[in-house]
Amino acid sequence: MRNERPAEGVRSGERPMTRYYPTVGALAVLFLFPLVWSGWSSLEEPDNYLRMARFGEGVGTYATNSVLVSGMTVAGTLLVSALGGYAFARFDFPGKNVLFLATLAILMVPYATILIPLYVLLGYIGLQNSLVGLSLVFVMFQLPFALFMMRNAFEAIPRELEEAALVDGCGTFRAFSRILLHAVRPALVTVGLFAFLASWNDFFAPLILLNDGASFTLPVAVVSMTQGTFGAIDYGMLQAGVMVMAIPCLILFVILQRHYVRGFMSGALRG
Amino acid sequence: MSLTLGKPRGRAAHSAPPVRWRGRRVQGWLYAMPTAVIVAVLFIAPLILVVWMSLNKWPLLGQATFNAPGNYAKIPSNPLFYDAVLFTLKYTAITTVLLSAVALGLALLVQERRPGVGFFRTAFFLPGAVGFAAAALLFYGMLNNDFGPIDPMLRAIGVIDEPIKWIGTPNMALFSTIALVLWRFAGFNMLILLTGLQAIPTEVYEAARSDGANRWQVFTKITLPLLRPTLALMLILSVTGSLLAFDQFFIFTNGGPDNSTTTMVMVVYRDAFFRFDLGGAAALSVVLLVALVGLNTLMMRRLR
Repeated sequence: MRNERPAEGVRSGERPMTRYYPTVGALAVLFLFPLVWSGWSSLEEPDNYLRMARFGEGVGTYATNSVLVSGMTVAGTLLVSALGGYAFARFDFPGKNVLFLATLAILMVPYATILIPLYVLLGYIGLQNSLVGLSLVFVMFQLPFALFMMRNAFEAIPRELEEAALVDGCGTFRAFSRILLHAVRPALVTVGLFAFLASWNDFFAPLILLNDGASFTLPVAVVSMTQGTFGAIDYGMLQAGVMVMAIPCLILFVILQRHYVRGFMSGALRG
Repeated sequence: MSLTLGKPRGRAAHSAPPVRWRGRRVQGWLYAMPTAVIVAVLFIAPLILVVWMSLNKWPLLGQATFNAPGNYAKIPSNPLFYDAVLFTLKYTAITTVLLSAVALGLALLVQERRPGVGFFRTAFFLPGAVGFAAAALLFYGMLNNDFGPIDPMLRAIGVIDEPIKWIGTPNMALFSTIALVLWRFAGFNMLILLTGLQAIPTEVYEAARSDGANRWQVFTKITLPLLRPTLALMLILSVTGSLLAFDQFFIFTNGGPDNSTTTMVMVVYRDAFFRFDLGGAAALSVVLLVALVGLNTLMMRRLR
């Protein structure tokens, strides 16, 4: 991760380098060791991945479900928050403040306490045990952060850019889709990354909202490996499952680190 | 009074809006409509529904019948409830203290630009990119006596002679879970604290130093007070997250042995899907919701 702060030694006083590097180095080993161990032990027997591929409905089914859910969550979150962010940054309409506060209130309400009613509610609209229903729930949970990020991003665009487009005869939607959306691209990447990580990794929501093995996402399927067959847990296969879940996140994180850190800096986590 | 002097201020200063800026109330609503639908259907409606469900006998399958306040009245006699509350509070207290300390330590270690510091920040944060369920499963394998590396390593350096039941006893399960949470979340909290640390102007440190303050004085008199809002945010996130703990105990112990590691959310889950009592689960959810919203509000007022 990058840091703009140049002043060395000013903040904590000069620390002797001979003590600094061994300390952070040992800590880094401590933090990286479990990941390295898991990757190594998943590869110890090549069979681990083959057994995992045949586990339950087949890991391909679960991975496909996960990709579908994450894809729909990312697309849905981007769509809703880009439109909404534009509305909140550039328009005045009745109920604007109420809607904004209601969206931020999602952060105040603990996630786990509304999943039971969501399970019942999705049943009413025919989306129980459905990947679409699960994705919509993820979009809702992402919305406070995403809307806040997108509103700030649109507010940061000079009004003149939009006015010029409007004077040129664009409608607001063309101004939005042709010019403004391009200008907020970094914020879209941040919002999309957070939406992906949350939906790909979440265990509790799919555990409650999906009840048919064929529709399980990876976390639910891999956790079910710990139930074992005839009491014996296949630990090698389990670590292969961990790797399948972890590797896409690790790669995305390393590539998009700067966008991730911007999410933190934005203050959007503050609610 | 300068009302008549110069150009009027406010919106006219940007030159009058072009004609096409009219009709924007309707347009604004159209752009905000998807947000409004999602919030209304998937947030407001379930909030109302959870209250309504809590007032009904609501089996997993079959007809709901009004029975208020039956679901609330039976909470005290739920055999799991008190133990779950006590265990969750204990877990939250220990986790929050340790996590804050470790995260602050890491943040202080990597706050300055030095060669390689970016690598160390990434290394500390990397576990946070892995999903929590995946992290728990990773530890589940790592702590296994035969498959995992921890026992053999400890045996090799002579710390232990016999296998350790890392998740077999209540205290060890708690200990192992906290190790997992520290590994998974320390970097996340470090990042939150770093944003706060970097907002402190370097000049403040320079001034303190030229006044002869030593390192400890700088830390207690400058860093900590100026970091207070960020520390508060981290505490709120950590307390809320810990009070809602589920995944880690579901995966490690499934609440055992003898329900000694059952958390509050786990009780909600079991009421709903093992006792098929959605009404009871809804009543517990409402209690948890009110308690957490109250606690969050209180912490925000107090700590900020």
